Amino acid sequence: MMDWVARLGRGSLDRIAVLGRATVMLAQAIFGRSQVGVSWRLTLAQVHAVGVLSLSIILVSGLFIGMVLALQGYTILVDYGSEQALGQMVALSLARELGPVVTALLFAGRAGSALTAEIGLMKATEQLASLEMIGVDPLRRVIAPRFWAGCISLPILSIIFVAIGCLGGALVGIVWLGVDAGSFWANMQSATDFGADIMNGVIKSIVFGVVVTWIAVFQGYDLEPTAAGIARATTKTVVYASLAVLGLDFFLTAVMFGEL
Amino acid sequence: MVSETQDALVEIDALTFQRDDRLIYDGMTGSIPRGRITAVVGPSGTGKTTLLRLIGGQLKPTRGEVRYAGEAVHRLSRDALFRLRARMGMLFQSGALFTELSVFENVAFPLRVHTDLDEELIRFVVLMKLEAVGLRGAAELMPQALSGGMQRRVALARAIALDPEMIMYDEPFVGQDPIGLGMLLSLIKELNQALGLTSIVVSHDLKETLSIADHVFMIANQRLAFVGSPAAMEASDDPLVQQFLSGGRDGPVAFHYPGPRFQDQIR
Repeated sequence: MMDWVARLGRGSLDRIAVLGRATVMLAQAIFGRSQVGVSWRLTLAQVHAVGVLSLSIILVSGLFIGMVLALQGYTILVDYGSEQALGQMVALSLARELGPVVTALLFAGRAGSALTAEIGLMKATEQLASLEMIGVDPLRRVIAPRFWAGCISLPILSIIFVAIGCLGGALVGIVWLGVDAGSFWANMQSATDFGADIMNGVIKSIVFGVVVTWIAVFQGYDLEPTAAGIARATTKTVVYASLAVLGLDFFLTAVMFGEL
Repeated sequence: MVSETQDALVEIDALTFQRDDRLIYDGMTGSIPRGRITAVVGPSGTGKTTLLRLIGGQLKPTRGEVRYAGEAVHRLSRDALFRLRARMGMLFQSGALFTELSVFENVAFPLRVHTDLDEELIRFVVLMKLEAVGLRGAAELMPQALSGGMQRRVALARAIALDPEMIMYDEPFVGQDPIGLGMLLSLIKELNQALGLTSIVVSHDLKETLSIADHVFMIANQRLAFVGSPAAMEASDDPLVQQFLSGGRDGPVAFHYPGPRFQDQIR
């Protein structure tokens, strides 16, 4: 019993220490001195690497999720004769929930794991140490641009996901299932509130962007620089980031829509 | 000996360093003279590379301190530490070139970060440094296209790009063919003489290292086992030094990692 308590205590302390290290790393990366012009260029390059290169997976997934939503929604709505509300259902599900959440999950798998592996390999091959010895802070040079790039990219990807999802929904609803185009779009427009629905979705994706990228860069920076260490850290990134996204989503939804 | 201490660039003062549960140094004291080549030798796992990392401030001593030009390295602020590191060069065991930059850009990197030189001057300096290591022709290649030995030479060109006052070499001779090895040896020597650099060479290639070193630092059993000139080292009758020089299996340095007796374990 005492053993179990001791293990629990040690485990908790380890977790808290990790959280502390992650916070210190982020603070040093964000608040350290740097040359503005250089950081901007590096960040832009990373927006390309983590954002633009994630576009294809986001577009394809968005399209299919919109199509599936319309298909599933239609079969239920048609029973009540309210299939005109399909546009509204698709748009609200996407803007409030599926857009930010699914984009963040895909982003964790596509860009988060890549960030962890890249930074981890830089650590394993002593590139981070050699940056330090050249007198360049790797937190500013390597971590900060990647962190900002993730925070910028995810909300934009999420908006694109929602837009393409609505188009997918329209494709299935209007073209295939024969819902009236006018009522589909009109219902969607009147039922969707810019502040309550779209902006809340964007706020969610900003939060997810910060958390997912933070987990990814920290796991890469803090890993044990061996082959097994990199593999473990990459897995951790995807698992922790996904769980964090789902947990935070519940919390944010409760605050935004649950009158909490 | 006294004059050496007075003109020491790096002073190690009662340095104790512990990694996890393992004691690497136990109250080690010594100094690295300015403008000389100091060889750091010793059995594997005695913390030779660790010493370089302590000097560069990448690790913090458990107790005691390492002073660089009179300043305690681990007490510097983050900014001051990065400024100090711009005065040192370090050649990593793996070369540690930036894989997404070309050879030219790797060597240009320290110049771009720490100076305001215009592009033409940077080009001139980079080509000059690459010429010194014999790889001017490889300037446009990516590091992956070079052999391990060549990568190390590019890394050396990068380490001397800013004309540092001290260079630390971590196992520079590993994986070098005889030609590359000879070139590196003469290069270390020339850099030291021409630029008045202080050099610290960590190496297992005892014969080669001692041939260029002015000063030897032998670390064994958590302390400095020997300090002095290569000639004095060879003349030393310390059993530890002798075992190390002759490559003897039995002596003060144990060949076997500590463990239970073989007979007991296989029973």
